[in-house]
Amino acid sequence: MLPSVDSVMLEQRAQSFAKRSIKNESKMQGLRLVLSMIDLTTLEGKDSAEKVKSLCKKAVHLYEGELAEPLPHVAAVCVYPSLVKVAKKALEGSGVNVASVATGFPSGQYPIDVRIGDVKKAVSAGADEIDMVINRGAFLAGNYKKVKDEIARVKNSCGNAHLKIILETGELETYDHVRFASDLAIEAATEAGKISDGEVFIKTSTGKVSPAATLPVTLVMLEAIRDFYDATGVRIGMKPAGGIKTAKQALHYLVMVKETLGDEWLSPHLFRFGASSLANDVLRQIVKQTTGHYPAGYDFSEA
Amino acid sequence: MAEGTNTQSPWDYSDAPDSTHVDIAKKYQLYIGGKFVSPKSRSWFATTNPANEQKLADIASAGKADVNIAVLAAKRALPSWSKLSGCERGKYLFAIARRIQERAREFAILETMDGGKPIKESRDVDIPLAAQHFFYHAGWADKLEYAFPGRAVKPVGVCGQIIPWNFPLLMAAWKLAPALACGNTCVLKPAETTSLTALRLAEVFEEVGLPPGVVNIVTGAGETGAAIVNHPNIQKVAFTGSTEVGKLIMSQTAGSGKSLTLELGGKSANIIFADAAIDQAIEGIVSGIYFNQGHVCCAGSRLFVEEPILDTVIRKLKHRLKSLRVGDPLDKNTDVGAINSKAQLKTIQHYIDVGEDEGATYHSCQTERLPSKGHWCHPCFFTDVQPSHTIAREEIFGPVLSVMSFRTPEEALMRANNTPYGLAAGVWTEKGAKIFDIARQLDAGVIWCNTYNKFDASSPFGGVKESGFGREGGMQGLRPYVKLQGAMS
Repeated sequence: MLPSVDSVMLEQRAQSFAKRSIKNESKMQGLRLVLSMIDLTTLEGKDSAEKVKSLCKKAVHLYEGELAEPLPHVAAVCVYPSLVKVAKKALEGSGVNVASVATGFPSGQYPIDVRIGDVKKAVSAGADEIDMVINRGAFLAGNYKKVKDEIARVKNSCGNAHLKIILETGELETYDHVRFASDLAIEAATEAGKISDGEVFIKTSTGKVSPAATLPVTLVMLEAIRDFYDATGVRIGMKPAGGIKTAKQALHYLVMVKETLGDEWLSPHLFRFGASSLANDVLRQIVKQTTGHYPAGYDFSEA
Repeated sequence: MAEGTNTQSPWDYSDAPDSTHVDIAKKYQLYIGGKFVSPKSRSWFATTNPANEQKLADIASAGKADVNIAVLAAKRALPSWSKLSGCERGKYLFAIARRIQERAREFAILETMDGGKPIKESRDVDIPLAAQHFFYHAGWADKLEYAFPGRAVKPVGVCGQIIPWNFPLLMAAWKLAPALACGNTCVLKPAETTSLTALRLAEVFEEVGLPPGVVNIVTGAGETGAAIVNHPNIQKVAFTGSTEVGKLIMSQTAGSGKSLTLELGGKSANIIFADAAIDQAIEGIVSGIYFNQGHVCCAGSRLFVEEPILDTVIRKLKHRLKSLRVGDPLDKNTDVGAINSKAQLKTIQHYIDVGEDEGATYHSCQTERLPSKGHWCHPCFFTDVQPSHTIAREEIFGPVLSVMSFRTPEEALMRANNTPYGLAAGVWTEKGAKIFDIARQLDAGVIWCNTYNKFDASSPFGGVKESGFGREGGMQGLRPYVKLQGAMS
């Protein structure tokens, strides 16, 4: 029997995470954790080598001001394949990964060979992580085998790079679809052989479709990850992306991960935020918590 | 992969205690005829905070003479209040609702300190719903003839209302709002362990200028309640509480001409079919039995799970229990607070012992350390429960769940209905036709489908069998508070 999802209690549970009160020490620790989980992202047609370089600089040195405790660096910088080389060079030795979107991101509406080629090129350019999109057209048409086979082929083309599978939940619309697509993606990516913890992530969105990540949608995906772990002992990672703009929202996600999957997942190894503007709001909160007053927006670099 | 977390120990929530800066007087008198008055009985009792066993205040214990004065005050207030136009009565109710909203934080903190329930629940459930009940009935006050078309609607008279300790302010609202909307006057007795919010509600009545005597609040224990029930000038008795006391009240009022509504105990069944959305059903189980420490008359205390998913449900329930935070009710992150009284804790512990003695297997989450003082019970559940076990038959009124299984819908129904109670039930399946089929055959006053413990002022609530009779809330909830006469005159 396919697992089904009922919206009433799902949304009630998702809302309950936002009611946790995160203050003082807990807030500071949580915010630093959030920073370390961010995939700092730029995915625009007008992206330039310069913009990626300054993003990489920010990825390593998040804040120019003085803070007693040094800040962690973000988890990864996420760019288009054509800019992987630039990012790779800028981040050398920093510990920050380079993630590249591929498979004809964001629509995936290209022949499979083109999409596989896309992945291979990004990997050979040095990408540590590949963020692929699933074939939503095939999924919504009920051609699940095709979706699954394609994911498996992409996984096989990743080499040592880790894989994040974007479901684009905004186009799948229903929670049932999200759950089914999560199971399908996890199964496809783990079918070829044993994988290690965090080698495969499922990810909500490209950021190009609204709604992107929401608490209930992410909860459905976390439950799929939990069921897979209970059945196999393998830990799949999770990446909500798009729409998470504030520190407060990000803390709600941490609460949800903690209570749904456990402390084990509270690590950039298994949980990421795909976001472009989140880092600055988190920095603002950290500075406020440290100095007692809010800094101005221009105190932080945009990229 | 990326490094850079500076976290050694797992991330956890800091304490987030709400303030306790709510004025609590040393002594609380009776509220009779629009005034706070000392009890003729000259007797007082202490009310304590169940989370730390500290005394909060002394409360007047109303004796027979005090009840008599209160009933007479209500009787005196009746003619003018019942003649007031519905529109005018509605204005009072509306003002009360607004004032509860304005003082919501104060009410929530007080409710939590006096009763032990988590601030999260008093803040998000009890107080907003109490305000909603007054808002809702403010709307009915001038539309009663539309609720009972073609009939002339008259108030019943002086109502004696006795409420329990599990939802103190909310139950006061459930009782008072419809009574006042229909033009009755009231004598209300809160439960002895939780009088404070009802007395604070009396302050609200003063603030909005409710005419003296329309609502009188007499505090005390069972004897005070008995004096209300047996008073000759009481025309209607409304009681929420145990089935045992309900039966007593029923025999005492029999033949007296008093009308009666009872909302009593329950042992409600929560039925989960294999085709349910299991993760959401787990949420339903949790809010069904651990909401308000299980001090809920409609708590889903008997869980019936279709056999193929029994192991999955138990595994997921165990996992879910780990994230329940038990402790200081005033902490905003607390999910399960203190047991309302020492006596109730003893009762619950007795049932847990009996459950183990009779052969059921006990499971609980014991991850959090509990405060050394106060009345605490770990949320728990039993497996290997037989329907004949004591814990599967009797109302425990605590965070104790009995898990049982079934194979066919017929068996589920047979087991669910095999109880003297009939307050509520839950059905979990993603099949619409099955929902209606099962719900139709369940003997229960309230049936939730794919959710549990959802309340709304517009939805009638009440039981069948030994769970009582009469409805509260909704259009149906007006009926016990009106006399209907022939055609409209």
